[in-house]
Amino acid sequence: MKRYVLEDKLKSEFSVNRKVFIDQEILEVEREEIFSKCWLFIGHKSELPKNGDFKRKKVGGRNLLFTRGNDGEIRVLYNSCPHRGALVCRENKGNSKVFRCFYHAWSFNNHGELVGMPGRDGFPEDFNCDGSKNLKEVSRLEAFRGFVFVNFDTNAISLEEYLGNAKEYIELVADQSDVGMEILEDPQEYSVRANWKLLAENSVDSYHGMPTHKTYFDIVATRGGELSKDNLQGVGIDLGNGHAVVEYTAPWGRPVARWIPAWGEDGKKEIEETKKMLIEKFGEERAERISSYNRNLLIFPNLIINDIMAITIRTFYPISSDYMEVTGYALARKDESETFRQRRNDNFLEFLGPGGFATPDDNEALELCQEGFENNKEVEWNDISKGMNREQPLSNDEEQMRAFWRRWNELMVENAMGVRI
Amino acid sequence: MNISRQEIEDFLYHEAELLDEWKLEEWAALFSSEGVYLIPPIGNPEANVNHSLFYVNDDRARLDQRAKRLLKKEAHVEYPHSTTLRNIHNVRIVDQDPDGIKARCNFSTYRTKRETLDCFVGVSEYTLVEENEELKIKEKKVILKLDSLRPHGKVSIIL
Ligand code: FES
Ligand SMILES: [Fe+2]
Repeated sequence: MKRYVLEDKLKSEFSVNRKVFIDQEILEVEREEIFSKCWLFIGHKSELPKNGDFKRKKVGGRNLLFTRGNDGEIRVLYNSCPHRGALVCRENKGNSKVFRCFYHAWSFNNHGELVGMPGRDGFPEDFNCDGSKNLKEVSRLEAFRGFVFVNFDTNAISLEEYLGNAKEYIELVADQSDVGMEILEDPQEYSVRANWKLLAENSVDSYHGMPTHKTYFDIVATRGGELSKDNLQGVGIDLGNGHAVVEYTAPWGRPVARWIPAWGEDGKKEIEETKKMLIEKFGEERAERISSYNRNLLIFPNLIINDIMAITIRTFYPISSDYMEVTGYALARKDESETFRQRRNDNFLEFLGPGGFATPDDNEALELCQEGFENNKEVEWNDISKGMNREQPLSNDEEQMRAFWRRWNELMVENAMGVRI
Repeated sequence: MNISRQEIEDFLYHEAELLDEWKLEEWAALFSSEGVYLIPPIGNPEANVNHSLFYVNDDRARLDQRAKRLLKKEAHVEYPHSTTLRNIHNVRIVDQDPDGIKARCNFSTYRTKRETLDCFVGVSEYTLVEENEELKIKEKKVILKLDSLRPHGKVSIIL
């Protein structure tokens, strides 16, 4: 049996075979063992504020409808007509009581029930009495603190059990507002010409921060966010189940409650008020952790919640072994003032997303790795060992990535490929 | 200010040429002291920047930084510089009022690097004003006419 992930604790060496980024067969196994069995993020509750709201989403290669029915229930329906298969809904988002498939005009209410079809007399009386002609509903749908996940495996463990130690870090985000968090409209839809696992690594990789994003740090410094010795210090933690986090300090301002001089005296006042609220609610220590510390959180396999100079939520799916589709959301406190929302969004756009000053350089790095993997016959292994020689790996070590690979290895090699290959 | 369409065309062609030649600081200097450069969400050009996630929302200072950054060797995505070609078409004056001239054009911008060619198409909306007797851009809003940034993956050049 071929080994793709090698961990040698004695030698403090961790290696990943580059074949995992280019092999089509490995991707097929990932579709089965990972994207058909793990909990996958579909959206945030705030995306569907009203009954009848819906968003079209692609999750784990499936075309789905994320909906809130007239009964207020959130459901996830397969966007595929039970009649002969057509996509029933073609709008990306909206509000509707019915979804009508245009092909033969079957229509469904926003619970997915078949409520109309032309030529009803051509079907038996008891047609659909078992509900088999309704829009099929994804069987496992669970939420944690507003984050909604689906699982295509009926036998999967519960979401909370799956999230395990990662829950603590989701809460540090969810607790930032008294009245809740919300997703901004119009998520960024982009792509990278690289294997999806490279973005899982990159999103929690602080080691690349300085070399890759120097131009960004130069700009932050012009706003009084100068890099000091206490910045970019912290820890990297394997949270189990493939989840991982880095928690660290940074020079940038955080709209939740870390002030920088560029925000002025009135900005300071508002930050102090937020901080006071946090202290009253959670005590000094936790309030400080929420406001001053940054977290890049990876929920296996492909959910990133980066609570940094702004909060981004990111998911990504392989289309082929060397191309992924990415969706980037912004999450914000519902109750922040217009000025702070503006500061938050400025912070976001300056660093994050396909038009930012940092993300495009990440994109480039990933594409260069992918191109480099063409040499994989002779140059076979990636090294992910940094920090293995330390008791507690630092945030700019590589323990987070190792956590991802350990789980990937369990699911892919120990459970699945070992049997198949 | 009275200005003909041809003068506007010349101005836009000049801007396109500066960008294609990577004269980015000269490009930034085309903006007025309050100038802004925006790429709103695809499909929602009138979006409110506080409620929607834009691609770019640069005030004057940030568009300067954008230009300066892209000239640095550490702006890895554009080092070595990509090759670009900007075509401007269908230039029209939409409105002339004391706040400035509103002009619109279609654009198709090609970028190639590492033998991958991407094409960005859309409509640019300009508000042009006179500042120190020179024509300047007060606002440039780039409305992408795409479904998403796929397969481009990024807007690392200035559109
Ligand atoms: S395929 Fe939908 S009604 Fe026939
Ligand atoms: Fe990065």
